Amino acid sequence: MLIQVSWRNIWRSRTRSLVVLTAITLGIMAGVFSTAFMKGMMDKRVETAIHTELAHIQIHDSLFRKTAELRYYMPGADVLARKIDTLPHVEGVTQRIIVQSMISSAETGAGVKIMGVRPDDERKVTDIAQQMVNGKYFEGIKRNPVVIGQKLAHKLNVRVRSKVVITLQDMDNNLTAGAFRVAGIYKTSNTAYDESNVFVRYEDLARLTDLPAGACHEIAIRVDNDLNTVSVQQKIKKTTGSLEVMNWKEISPELSYITVVMDQYMYIFILIILLALLFGIINTMLMVILERHKEIGMLLAIGMSRPRIFFMIIIETVLLSLTGGITGIILGTLISKYFESHYINLSMFGKGLEQLGFSSLVNTSIDPEMVISVTILVIFTGIIAAVYPALKAIKYDPAEALRIE
Amino acid sequence: MNIIEIKDLVKIYDSTEIEVTAVNHINLNFEKGEFSAVVGPSGSGKTTFLNLLGGLDRPTAGHIMIDGIDLWSLKPRQITDFRLHNIGFVFQSYNLLPVLTAKENVEFIMDLQGWPKAEREKRAKELLEAVGLGDRIHSRPGKLSGGQQQRVAVARALASKPKFILADEPTANLDSHSTENLLDIMEKLNREEGITFIFSTHDARVVKKAHRVITLEDGKVLSDEKK
Repeated sequence: MLIQVSWRNIWRSRTRSLVVLTAITLGIMAGVFSTAFMKGMMDKRVETAIHTELAHIQIHDSLFRKTAELRYYMPGADVLARKIDTLPHVEGVTQRIIVQSMISSAETGAGVKIMGVRPDDERKVTDIAQQMVNGKYFEGIKRNPVVIGQKLAHKLNVRVRSKVVITLQDMDNNLTAGAFRVAGIYKTSNTAYDESNVFVRYEDLARLTDLPAGACHEIAIRVDNDLNTVSVQQKIKKTTGSLEVMNWKEISPELSYITVVMDQYMYIFILIILLALLFGIINTMLMVILERHKEIGMLLAIGMSRPRIFFMIIIETVLLSLTGGITGIILGTLISKYFESHYINLSMFGKGLEQLGFSSLVNTSIDPEMVISVTILVIFTGIIAAVYPALKAIKYDPAEALRIE
Repeated sequence: MNIIEIKDLVKIYDSTEIEVTAVNHINLNFEKGEFSAVVGPSGSGKTTFLNLLGGLDRPTAGHIMIDGIDLWSLKPRQITDFRLHNIGFVFQSYNLLPVLTAKENVEFIMDLQGWPKAEREKRAKELLEAVGLGDRIHSRPGKLSGGQQQRVAVARALASKPKFILADEPTANLDSHSTENLLDIMEKLNREEGITFIFSTHDARVVKKAHRVITLEDGKVLSDEKK
């Protein structure tokens, strides 16, 4: 009967209960939605990083990543790449020649990373080909085509079919240059990437640098599901000897940290919301206790024990918190569910976000674990909020309480 | 046979400025099946006396023996439990739980005593019928008149099968018709079921019905008449 009494007691002062319930509902709803929103943004960032920039696994000569020097190439990389392509879960393998160089237009120049790729292989690994805003991915220009990012195009003030000159050091450290024509301009959600990454054909760059046939600096591998990344990586490691085989988390540890750090931020955020709600609930329950002074006195008089009265107030508070909390969780989840399939357009702030590598179109992503944690936290908040009012209530003296008119 | 023996009972309220002796060396016995009224002007110590007897207020000195148990030698937690199982209370302002129906109010105390649901429902219905509210068992206190609420309170007090019922000015808020009705029911329960009632009152109608009238003045027993 205690639960029944507690539940009905909540609705005795309907307006007051509704006010505090609304506060709890809104607070929790905001918490759940913000969490889903931030998680969606992080997931998207990681996804972009994998699909556009990093691929799941990369192989290099162990000195290349440290020095980025042309001479640390992997001889016979094409044989290795073909072998990897036959492994299960591997969706695509691409070989890249990578050279730090200068690109210049008629007007100005910029330092960039030139990647010599085989367009058909590259398409299977990264999605730059789908992010073209002008021109086409290595189509339409027969001799020395180049694909550059929009940000770089603006900087160099070039368009499709414009001529650019790429200047670099060849294998013998001689300065050499090649004239290229812009075949396509791409735009990813990461402007920093767009500004510094330039794609040319493998053969064109091999010729320019005098790299031996079949060699390259980087093999990038895409697997069917990120869950298989590590197992594929292990398999590759067995066959590559001294080469460095790294997954995206190892190549870009900040990307995996960002998700963990964001999770912690969200917990702090939710705890702050709950802390604010805690005081609201304590206040409400103190009023409740004060109003029911005489009633509590009567209950003590007829023989209801103090622990039971304590428990009754705990139940009432937890029910109150949980009602608001669950409503908030449901509403927050529904809103987040909706935005799982509908974009939230942040293009107002798009520039800043894209400079940090975040897309301005965000989908939410609900973490069921978070929803469960929030529910548990709400119950705890209810219990903590109840303790002080309940302690006050059991200190009432029945004889004195019954004298209240 | 005495169910209550009061020996040299004293209650002094000790506020910082003045000391008030609310109950002053009272010696009384109550037998099983009594229908007694404690009367006296306000400030005579009636309510304090009932609170001491009901285990709600600790006496300064003296003893209250209930069925051979020295009430105030028990620990606080035991006293609460003792009240639950041995003493029924009827208050001046009814003090029902507003969120429960009449039947649930009566059941509540049996729930505290740990009765199974079916049994307490049956007893609650029977008791409400006995106080003439068989047709109002599902009404909440707010929908009942004062007299009806007080009858629910009597049913609640009886529900726990107490040794005696203490009623502090039970008719003070009732009109004459309701008072008459309530007294008839209490007297009938006393006569037929042997329930012991001790009530404090100013009300001449109650005094008239009582079988024993104890008059208090300044915390002392002025007279003790049995009819």
